[in-house]
Amino acid sequence: MADVIVEHGRVAGSASARKRASLHNALRRKSTVAFFLTLPLILLIALLVLYPALFSIHLATLNKSMQKFVGFGNFTFLFKRETFWMVVKQSCIFAITAVVFKALIGFIVAHFVHNIPAKGQRKWRGMLLVPWVIPPAMSTLAWLWLFDPSYSAFNYTLSLFGIGPVNWLGDAAWARFSVILVNVWYGAPFFMIMYLAALKSVPEQLYEAAAIDGANWWQRIWYVTLPMMRNIIAITTLFSLIVTFANFDIVRILTSGGPLDRTQIFATYAFRVGIESSDIPLGASVSLFMVPILAVAAIFILRDVSKRGNES
Amino acid sequence: MSRKKLTRRQFVAATAMSSAALITAPYVRGAYAAGKLSIGFWDHWVPGANDSSRALVNEWAAKEKVEVSIDYITSNNKKIELTVAAEAQAKSGHDILQMYTWWPHAYAEQLEPVNDVVEAAIKQNGEVNGTVKYLGQAAGNWLAVPATPGSQIKGPCSRIDLMKKHAGIDVQELYPVGSPPKADSWNMDTFLKAAEACQKAGFAFGIGLGETTDSVDTAGAIFQSFGAELVNSKGDLTVKTDQVRQALEYYKKLIAFLPPDAPSWDDASNNKWLISGRGALIMNPPSAWAVAKRDAPQVAEQCWTHGFPAGPKGRFAPFLPYFWGLWSFSKNKEAAKSLLAYLSQPSSIEKFVAASGGYDLPAYAKMTTLKTWAEEGPPKGTLYHYPNPYNHQTLSIAASPAPPKIAQQIYAQATLTKMGLRFAQGEKLENTLAWAEGECEGFMRS
Repeated sequence: MADVIVEHGRVAGSASARKRASLHNALRRKSTVAFFLTLPLILLIALLVLYPALFSIHLATLNKSMQKFVGFGNFTFLFKRETFWMVVKQSCIFAITAVVFKALIGFIVAHFVHNIPAKGQRKWRGMLLVPWVIPPAMSTLAWLWLFDPSYSAFNYTLSLFGIGPVNWLGDAAWARFSVILVNVWYGAPFFMIMYLAALKSVPEQLYEAAAIDGANWWQRIWYVTLPMMRNIIAITTLFSLIVTFANFDIVRILTSGGPLDRTQIFATYAFRVGIESSDIPLGASVSLFMVPILAVAAIFILRDVSKRGNES
Repeated sequence: MSRKKLTRRQFVAATAMSSAALITAPYVRGAYAAGKLSIGFWDHWVPGANDSSRALVNEWAAKEKVEVSIDYITSNNKKIELTVAAEAQAKSGHDILQMYTWWPHAYAEQLEPVNDVVEAAIKQNGEVNGTVKYLGQAAGNWLAVPATPGSQIKGPCSRIDLMKKHAGIDVQELYPVGSPPKADSWNMDTFLKAAEACQKAGFAFGIGLGETTDSVDTAGAIFQSFGAELVNSKGDLTVKTDQVRQALEYYKKLIAFLPPDAPSWDDASNNKWLISGRGALIMNPPSAWAVAKRDAPQVAEQCWTHGFPAGPKGRFAPFLPYFWGLWSFSKNKEAAKSLLAYLSQPSSIEKFVAASGGYDLPAYAKMTTLKTWAEEGPPKGTLYHYPNPYNHQTLSIAASPAPPKIAQQIYAQATLTKMGLRFAQGEKLENTLAWAEGECEGFMRS
């Protein structure tokens, strides 16, 4: 009898052991662990990103008083507005120009920093990152004082050389230049640090081989550095394009979209229409208009990245 | 010593009876207000001005036995507008929320009518001006209660010395302390000549051409003084009229004498212009003068706040009233109304005006001659004519008399200043009008 009991115990024990083993195996699987570890973040994103995104889609389908469903009515209304198309054009000019200059300056500065001996490099890296780590709302206020319509520090300096005064924020062309300049100043360090990391991962042997083949500095950049950095350049460009397209604080603080709406971009125009003019559905529609533009850019860039990933 | 023992039956009966008594007994309070009340007030520019509203609310709360909480919300970076929008969406938040100009109409469907409070206040304090009615009333109902804190006239604040020296105008003579204005000669032509003279002397008038309220308000008063309306009170487009053309022609001439960077000015730029001593006139409530008193006393003692120049259709001054709105989702409407009535008492209004150094303007006719405005200085009496004590100008808001929901779009998108700027920068008049007509058509969507 005692033997039988022992046997039963063994049977029951082995079943639970099997269960424990399968749970153990499941937990040992990397994907399961990864899922559980990212679950809090997924929930947070669902709450803070997904819900507002879906809610803004819902808002964009309502009429001005938010009492009637109008489908795509807000979008068809926007398509007939001259100011809206000006905002689309300006947002593209702002984002593309700023990203190109950020990438270019980031690339050049990354090379300079890369060539500094390792001992002093940390100091330079830290200093060059300063614009990126200061909250943009704060640093833009400092820029506003530099550009101040009546008391510009830049104009004061220029006047010492008999130049100016430049109407930094009151003239449409200069105002566009100013907002792009501040965006480049703020964003270039991000490109610099990303490119620096990419540069450090390029094997030294490739440069040695290129040198043996007699490649000059330009050929080394064109045939070695750039191909090795292509993926990081693509990802960084995409990321920056999204952030720059959605920029709000720099334009809001410097020009509020003026003069004559010539620096108005999607986010500032959405705020003007949605909050200041109490037309929240139209404001939501303006901000949602960015989505297809960015989605197309993301598809092209990411497709290129994955293609190269497969090739390698 | 005998001790009576409480039986279980007696205990149950006593508990049941006392519970029943507590439930059925009337909710006794000292007045008709009770419970909790949450208030969102505009955070005043003037240091110490919030203290008066806090003291008044606490005084009322102690009397009425209501637990109150006050948040002072800044209007910097549109924070108060964001709060209004968020609470309207969430249908939750403060019971009373301070909102300015267009917001009562924008959120009319979510506001509790306050006819009883406003009508009683009018009976006590005198009639309110047309702009307050235009912004605070819909279909005969009062949407919100006119608030003294924040309400302001953005009339001229002139430099006595510079206007006398360069334009030959004695503003103190035009607007003497203690007596009605003698300002018949103070019209749009005189104003333009003075602007030219001061600009040539290196002290240009500091009038902004940006997209913030100070710029829009001045443009609005100029348009109104020419009888120019982009949209009339019925909601019809009236952009292509002779009045609008005249107003634009005048505005273009004026723009030529303003600082070249005026298109990028915000609401702080004109204050800085005056305080730094660079300008002979700005259009602002006395906040610039108040700061000058602290930072540049030699400028402050030469400042004189007075009326707007008259145009062919009358003398209009930009007026921005603030309101206290009571949300329809408020859980303590009776208490809220009681508080709003208390804050609209003459004694409360006097305290608001005194605490703000004369900046705050009551909306009521009998409350424009308080001693604060006569006594403030230097120079003494500088604010005497600020509250329009002799009603010699019509208090108005830019884009009126268009239906408020359309007018709000014209105002917020600065259509008037943009028109002036486009025309002044060389665009053909008819093209500017066509552009404005297109904009206004868009503002009419419902």
